[in-house]
Amino acid sequence: MSAPLLELQNLQKYFPVSTGVLPRRKIGWVKAVDGVDITIGPGETLGLIGESGCGKTTTSKLILLQETPTAGTIRFDGEDVSVLEGQELMRYRREVQVVFQDPYSSLSPRMRVGDIIAEPLEIHTSLSRQQLQYRVAEVLDLVGLQPEVARLFPHEFSGGQRQRIAIARALATNTRLVVLDEPVSALDVSIRAQIMNQLEHLQQTLGVSYLFIGHDLATVAHISHRIAVMYLGQIVELADSLELCEKPLHPYTQALFSAALPSHPDERHERLTITGEVPSALNPPSGCRFHPRCPHAMPCCAIEAPVRKPIAAEHTVACHLY
Amino acid sequence: MAALLRVRELKTHYFSFGGTRVVKAVDGVSLTLGKGETIGLVGESGCGKTTTCLSIVGLLPSAARIVGGNIEFAGDELTTKRPREMRRIRGGQIAMILQDPMASLNPLFSIYRQVAEPAYYHQGMRSRLLRERVKNLLRSVRIPSPEVRMREYPHQMSGGMRQRVVGAIAMAGGPKLIIADEPTTNLDVTIQAQYLDVLKDIQQQSGVALVFVTHNLGIVAKMCDRMAVMYAGKIVEQGAVRDLFRDPKHPYTQALLGSMPKLGNKEPLYAIPGQPPNLAQLGPGCAFHPRCAHAMPQCSTREPDDRPIAANWTARCWLVGEPVRERYVSATA
Repeated sequence: MSAPLLELQNLQKYFPVSTGVLPRRKIGWVKAVDGVDITIGPGETLGLIGESGCGKTTTSKLILLQETPTAGTIRFDGEDVSVLEGQELMRYRREVQVVFQDPYSSLSPRMRVGDIIAEPLEIHTSLSRQQLQYRVAEVLDLVGLQPEVARLFPHEFSGGQRQRIAIARALATNTRLVVLDEPVSALDVSIRAQIMNQLEHLQQTLGVSYLFIGHDLATVAHISHRIAVMYLGQIVELADSLELCEKPLHPYTQALFSAALPSHPDERHERLTITGEVPSALNPPSGCRFHPRCPHAMPCCAIEAPVRKPIAAEHTVACHLY
Repeated sequence: MAALLRVRELKTHYFSFGGTRVVKAVDGVSLTLGKGETIGLVGESGCGKTTTCLSIVGLLPSAARIVGGNIEFAGDELTTKRPREMRRIRGGQIAMILQDPMASLNPLFSIYRQVAEPAYYHQGMRSRLLRERVKNLLRSVRIPSPEVRMREYPHQMSGGMRQRVVGAIAMAGGPKLIIADEPTTNLDVTIQAQYLDVLKDIQQQSGVALVFVTHNLGIVAKMCDRMAVMYAGKIVEQGAVRDLFRDPKHPYTQALLGSMPKLGNKEPLYAIPGQPPNLAQLGPGCAFHPRCAHAMPQCSTREPDDRPIAANWTARCWLVGEPVRERYVSATA
């Protein structure tokens, strides 16, 4: 594989938990992200899947430099982003963009679509007014909207069209990595397929990389080349998308697959029911974090945390069973 | 088998601006549901799924009115019932589960009080009997240690547990029909699977009929016997879930199934072009024709009526009865 575009090494983010009014006392840490190692290659889509509270969004915030990591490094193009300054930092911010889940709250209702898309260009480039307009028309065309819509306001669009505008904004600055934080879960079913196809098409033509965050297994598996499964701040399994669908190894991944809804009434997969709910990240279980819910838990699981190790090419899993 | 619920040509319209603007949210919906049966009502947002359900339980907002058709439940006509009579039916005969469990639980009342209420009013249970009933209900929705949990308040429970409490409340009055309006949209996948299993268990034990409103075809495939696909206030196709998944006849059903990502299959999805229509400005003809891949000249002028395909299987499309040239969905195993 060619050199990765983005590389996260042992990334950690702990949030302090305090109690009392004055003096405030720290009573512990929420280990939102606890040792995440992932890489994203150029033109690749990495799917990040997990239940709410598992640290998906915190991971994306760390990548977008909205939070500073407690420990670990983020490398973009081989360079550590925590030491970037000035021009270099601007370049990183230009090349890494984001699309959020809800297109109704991620676009300013007071700005015209043209201005929304031009804003990152004004910050990051020195294009003239005319060049800006030309570029806005270009990216609107890219996402399948007419250039004339630049004069309109977001409320004049449906959810799917708004999400296209958000994608256009993210791609305006010759972006190389887009963080897609559940970009289709707020959309109607018939519109979801439009946006997914559009994203795939854009990747083929522009060669951008995606970090696709989601909780719907079928959607994430459809668009991703590789999938990382996250549980309580840690990546428990990472594999090629098709291989993961065929042969999920980690019991949590298996549970996710067995909880996935069938695509046909006659489709019955073996049921591996896990009981209970995701424990709090404030007091994560000892050893393997999944062991209290795991049907295959062994005595050693409660004591020793498993290390993620390769099982096959491009397939790693953190479980004592393997 | 006698039908439990029979909706005939139901029309519910919303009136605004002094009646000058009419939105035909439900425009001629017919449904039949037998005892213990589960029907999935599928469609995109704004297609009239929720309005259909609210018409059945008589909880329409003041701007909406049933302007035609009738709703027959267990031999009783519901559209002409007075609010007083409807209150006896709602909660006792027909229960509803809403999308947001936090909004449907009262934060100031204990779980016990909220689960007990329907049994108190509709079944006249009191004191020890009532406590036992609540305990059993909570146990049936798999709430661990119900004696302790029923003294707690909604904020002390997680999202999945709250939704199960709502399920227990729905069961408390001993209903014959539960209408579940997108009950799992806010839940995580593993919690969703647990919840659907709980609902299935409840149904098997009590023989209650279920109307499942959802936009998720996976839920329909897992839970339902029959499905009705809604588009722009009308049911465009209705039949057994197996038949519709195997060989959908209406282009909209075909397109919906084709746009659904399947695990382990990376073929491009079928994207339905365009947007769902604005119900206040519907033109003549079939409402789906601007987005339909098989649209013919007559589709934009004349509206197709319900055409039978087989027993209990109908579709509103001019193509039914003629061979469809191509399919979006290849037959899945």
